[in-house]
Amino acid sequence: MPLEKPYLDVPGTTIFDADQSRRGYHLNQFCMSLMKAANRERFKANERAYLDEWPMTEEQKLAVLARDLNRCIGLGGNIYFLAKIGATDGKSFQQMAGSMTGMTEEEYRNMMLSGGRSANGNRYVGEDGDAQAHRQPQGAAGKAGQPQGAAGLNSAKAV
Amino acid sequence: MAQITASVFTSHVPAIGAALDLGKDKEPYWQPLFKGYEYSKQWMKENTPDVIFLVYNDHATAFSLEMIPTFAIGCADSFRPADEGYGARPVPVVQGHPELAAHIAQSVIQQDFDLTIVNKMDVDHGLTVPLSLMCGQPQAWPCPVIPFAVNVVQYPVPSGRRCYNLGKAIRNAIVSYDEPLNVHIWGTGGMSHQLQGPRAGLINAEWDNKFLDRLIADPDDLANVPHIEYVREAGSEGIELVMWLIARGAMSDSFGGPPPSVKHRFFHVPASNTAVGHLILENNQ
Repeated sequence: MPLEKPYLDVPGTTIFDADQSRRGYHLNQFCMSLMKAANRERFKANERAYLDEWPMTEEQKLAVLARDLNRCIGLGGNIYFLAKIGATDGKSFQQMAGSMTGMTEEEYRNMMLSGGRSANGNRYVGEDGDAQAHRQPQGAAGKAGQPQGAAGLNSAKAV
Repeated sequence: MAQITASVFTSHVPAIGAALDLGKDKEPYWQPLFKGYEYSKQWMKENTPDVIFLVYNDHATAFSLEMIPTFAIGCADSFRPADEGYGARPVPVVQGHPELAAHIAQSVIQQDFDLTIVNKMDVDHGLTVPLSLMCGQPQAWPCPVIPFAVNVVQYPVPSGRRCYNLGKAIRNAIVSYDEPLNVHIWGTGGMSHQLQGPRAGLINAEWDNKFLDRLIADPDDLANVPHIEYVREAGSEGIELVMWLIARGAMSDSFGGPPPSVKHRFFHVPASNTAVGHLILENNQ
């Protein structure tokens, strides 16, 4: 009998459950290796070569190289592990989180300063809030018609 | 006998630690947040316990995907601040209390909670940021700390009910310890926040404040809230709030005692991606 997953209808959200964890094991363990300064240096010196030391899928490696965090999450990554890549790049958690929305850094920061994203319209798939699939990507990136980051999630969710 | 005199609840946002460590705490962005903890630092000086039992979660720091304990109790002599990828925070090493920790492990496991005993562990911002908020930037932390790590990273995390009942078991353990120690229990993490996906940045101040109301007045009922409500209303990382129920379950009124006094309550948005909530409750017996 399949396990009950009542969290699959939350828009713009991937719950890191045991299935995702299994899918992302090597991706997340690669991220974990960046906790050591020496490994951060080796990764920065040649990202592709460092990634090739890990039994990750090609798709996972490409998502890391592109810093497409939504895609990484779709492929089993967890944000607390992926944050090690951001730390290696010198990015703050706010920059990382913002990168998944399609907003510019300033837009995302302003959203947080004005109280954050509302839950209204963003509780269930099929409502009309700003986190819904049909409204991605958000912010200037969306208006400029340059799908990035956020667009990756929908295809990733279909995996 | 040892007793629990107070519980402290606070968010543990990493950016708060970075703001302090980099001397940005006087900047306009951070001032309202640190102002909300001024009372707390004074209270902490006047009410320094002998031991803090600090409930927090590890953020893929000490525990990778190699091992994922649901509940882990730190029984070591000391715990180093972890390098989370930016270099370790410049804060004091955390001194443990191995004797009390071992006593709690033995008692709580015999009350049917399967704790993982950890004798070597670095501690991340989940533990050190609450200490910084409550104690400022001292040369040494004011007392020993028992780290208690809860898995809230890989789903399924423990339910609110299980956390609340675990808090009761921890109280049973502490009050059966022979030495007359004054113990605080802290619950950390939350409040509403989501760090992933197009829904990143979710904040729900109304839900958070109701959570604070219910945590104070009716934690037994609050313990019934299912995971999915936390995710929908408080964001995927808002689930950290189940840890507050551990600390709350350890207060006297969970055992028929009088309700605790609310010494301090604070709420602020934003700290980076997160809503910050904070409570200090004192037991009245």
